[in-house]
Amino acid sequence: MSTKESTSANDNKWIGQRTIRPDGADKVTGRAAFAADTTMPGMIWGKVLRSPHPHARIKSINTRKAEAYPGVKAVITAKDIVDFPLDKSVMLGIQDMRWMCRNVMAREKVLFAGHPLAAVAATTEKIAAEACKLIEVEYEVLPFVIDVEEAMKPNAPVLHDFVKFEGKPSNIAGRLEHKLGDIDTGFAKADVVIERSFRTKPVHQGYIEPHACLVSVSDGKATVWSSSQGQFMVRAMCAYMSGIPQNDIRAIPAEIGGGFGGKTIVYLEPLALVLAKKTGRPVKMIMTRTEVFHASGPTSGSYSTIKMGATKDGMLVAARGTFCLQAGAFPGSPIRGAAGCAFAPYNIPNVYSEGFDVVSNRSKVAAYRAPGAPIGAYGTECVMDELAEALKMDPLEFRLKNAARMGTKAAHGPVFPRIGFVETIEQAKAHAHYTTALPKARNGKLYGRGVASGFWFNAGGESSAQVNVNEDGTVVVITGHPDIGGSRASTANITAEVLGIDYRKVSVLIGDTSTIGFSNLTGGSRVTYASAMVVTQSTEQVIATLRERAAKIWKIDPDAVVWENGEARPAGDNAGKFEPLSLGQIAAQASATGGPIGAGKQLNTTGAEGGFATHLCDVEVDPDLGIVRVLRYTSFQDVGRAIHPSYVEGQMQGGAAQGIGWALSEEYIFDKNGKLDNPSFLDYRMPVCSDLPMLDSVIIEVPNTKHPQGVRGVGEVPLVPPLGAVSNAIYNALGRRFYSLPMSPPKVLAAMDLAAE
Amino acid sequence: MAKLHVSTTINGEPQEFLCEADQSMLDVLRGPLGLTGSKEGCGTGDCGACTITVNGRIVCSCLMLAAEAEGQKIGTIEGMADGEKLHPLQQKFLEQAALQCGICTPGVLMAAKSLLERNPNPSEHDVRFWLAGNLCRCTGYDKIIRAVMETAADMRGAAR
Repeated sequence: MSTKESTSANDNKWIGQRTIRPDGADKVTGRAAFAADTTMPGMIWGKVLRSPHPHARIKSINTRKAEAYPGVKAVITAKDIVDFPLDKSVMLGIQDMRWMCRNVMAREKVLFAGHPLAAVAATTEKIAAEACKLIEVEYEVLPFVIDVEEAMKPNAPVLHDFVKFEGKPSNIAGRLEHKLGDIDTGFAKADVVIERSFRTKPVHQGYIEPHACLVSVSDGKATVWSSSQGQFMVRAMCAYMSGIPQNDIRAIPAEIGGGFGGKTIVYLEPLALVLAKKTGRPVKMIMTRTEVFHASGPTSGSYSTIKMGATKDGMLVAARGTFCLQAGAFPGSPIRGAAGCAFAPYNIPNVYSEGFDVVSNRSKVAAYRAPGAPIGAYGTECVMDELAEALKMDPLEFRLKNAARMGTKAAHGPVFPRIGFVETIEQAKAHAHYTTALPKARNGKLYGRGVASGFWFNAGGESSAQVNVNEDGTVVVITGHPDIGGSRASTANITAEVLGIDYRKVSVLIGDTSTIGFSNLTGGSRVTYASAMVVTQSTEQVIATLRERAAKIWKIDPDAVVWENGEARPAGDNAGKFEPLSLGQIAAQASATGGPIGAGKQLNTTGAEGGFATHLCDVEVDPDLGIVRVLRYTSFQDVGRAIHPSYVEGQMQGGAAQGIGWALSEEYIFDKNGKLDNPSFLDYRMPVCSDLPMLDSVIIEVPNTKHPQGVRGVGEVPLVPPLGAVSNAIYNALGRRFYSLPMSPPKVLAAMDLAAE
Repeated sequence: MAKLHVSTTINGEPQEFLCEADQSMLDVLRGPLGLTGSKEGCGTGDCGACTITVNGRIVCSCLMLAAEAEGQKIGTIEGMADGEKLHPLQQKFLEQAALQCGICTPGVLMAAKSLLERNPNPSEHDVRFWLAGNLCRCTGYDKIIRAVMETAADMRGAAR
């Protein structure tokens, strides 16, 4: 289908075409090299000793027996990792090295069950694991707290003496607020006010590829192969924690088996690096799935309160939100996403939104797709549903009436330029999904429909690209962003479009830290946005060179040469009569006309604009079993411009599926000793394909005028509305509302039993 | 303990290897045999990324002892394409963008191929339940299901 579609269209128009991804064949044949697939001669294996306690002071660690165990080559503890003293913050992006160095290896205390205490390198994985058991750790076990509400109580066990709130030691590590207008005045004008509290559990990103790396050190120079959302982040983290300068570390991005934000920080790489340095042997480390669940970074559990008011004609007049997010062992929960995105879809004149960053004894939070925003939107969208019902308004009509548009001032700062939120609601209203009646209750099953909207900031930031023309007229493009979901395909489309050549003549590679300029993380929905900018500018520079070369061949002025459909042509009759020169013809003469043809661009990209979506969800509830099934799901999203529609749809579908899992079945369950009770894919229940229906996706394109192709960013918005959409659908089916997630069968059943009494 | 000697057939070719008694088939495939197309997502048979065939039946290779391969016919993702010629499922997955990160893809393809060998005309329901043992976190499964059903239709057309 896609190939036919591509060739039947104008051959020089690649943007918006469903082209075959450059790395596709490798990924369907098993040839693609993910982090765990790489080996080296002389390679040994690293394993981590992890704390069984959620909170304890480390009194001593004795590694002698482990070191003496046959096959063991080295044992390291926190003393082998560079220390960042607690009194001085050293930031790398949004990460504070004080926390990062303590997260990869516990220093004064262990702060969660699974916290690394030591690492062993040995000739086999089995010996390394055996040797870990021989390490003797003396703990002073301390009281622990995991739940966010418990952690905020005045008598809660305090994780860090140096964290103070209002002058007293506390687990509240940070607070932010957004204010717009005056909420007291606003609520005074309201005819209907609804205030509710909501709770969500920690959920994991659920990437199928566990964290893995291979590190070799030779002559003081390190090579790191690893699965991450940013090789430059890996390099910097490794440099900071090992003391090796950045020029002596080459971080090579392996193919990445999913990240969703969870691979924007490191766990294993610095340990493997220090072990490799100590032993002189390449060291490979792979987490087990259990380790991934215990010790990587699920998103926050949360407690939030939302109060919203509207006039009787359906205009929102005030909103207040308080969002308390669990950061885990160290500060840094995504309160900005929760407090900033919760009310952003609506034009509300008076807003007060505050977030609390709360540390507790679980693993340190990592980013998860639109970090914080789904938590913020969950409460808002449920309250919006209740308000619409109280006002006897259609929920989409109510959203449309209050939708943010060009000129709307958002509480988190910006005045929106032209955005496509209204279009998402209008298209949802008109869609067959919304106009088709739900099934009537039958066989004891109940049916309901829910709607919800959502917003994410999107991001620009640093990106680099290099575009080189080969002697045969084919093109190689190198960017610095790990390709997590098909971004090479969008890069190929853009290069081919700008240059006017067939996309199959463009190869796209991801450079390592020594072969391409600095590029920030694959995250924030920024890769296609930012790499399109640097790739476009690099390609335009290449075209300028190609015109110069043609001018030289024709002996005319470069300004008299135009570039059209992959060829240099004289600008007009006055320029002279010459046969067009193709890219291949110019490339073949490159040596004689001035040398290699290529260009690179490095930018701190700006102009990213927010993305909005509206989702429709139909559910079937079995009141006897408490099982909720999603029967139909449709997402409407303004993406600006879809460079490769299939991968845009894929982002929308994947986000919806993750949101359905968060709403219905996924949660971290801790036992009474503070240890995760469900650290496996069997017990941590992500949707499998028999749980889901087809996930329809409607792409809406309201171009971002600040981007050469109109891109807004796509990846994260899709996870923002589903929690509300599923909740509202279940309410519509049952007439009962749940204020906490997940709405799993035991919870639904308990609510049904309660209602029956 | 002495290693076990195993003689087996992998992707149609005779193969011998030595393994520990407690070593999984997945470890031997990925380690000494260098067939890293089968992936380990969990090691507990929950994700399906390590799916292979044993005498035509799909198996999570992380749950199979390597010693059990003795005398069996093993199929892995590396044997799915005929040289450079992709299997129709592989080709359809590319055309339909039925993969994003690609880590689950080898297992999904192995399972889907096995389905089409048994049922050339599967319903959406059939495909969803057959592939329920293969976790994918990127796609929401939509494009995977469509790709499998379209491949089945193409193959039925070609067989007619």
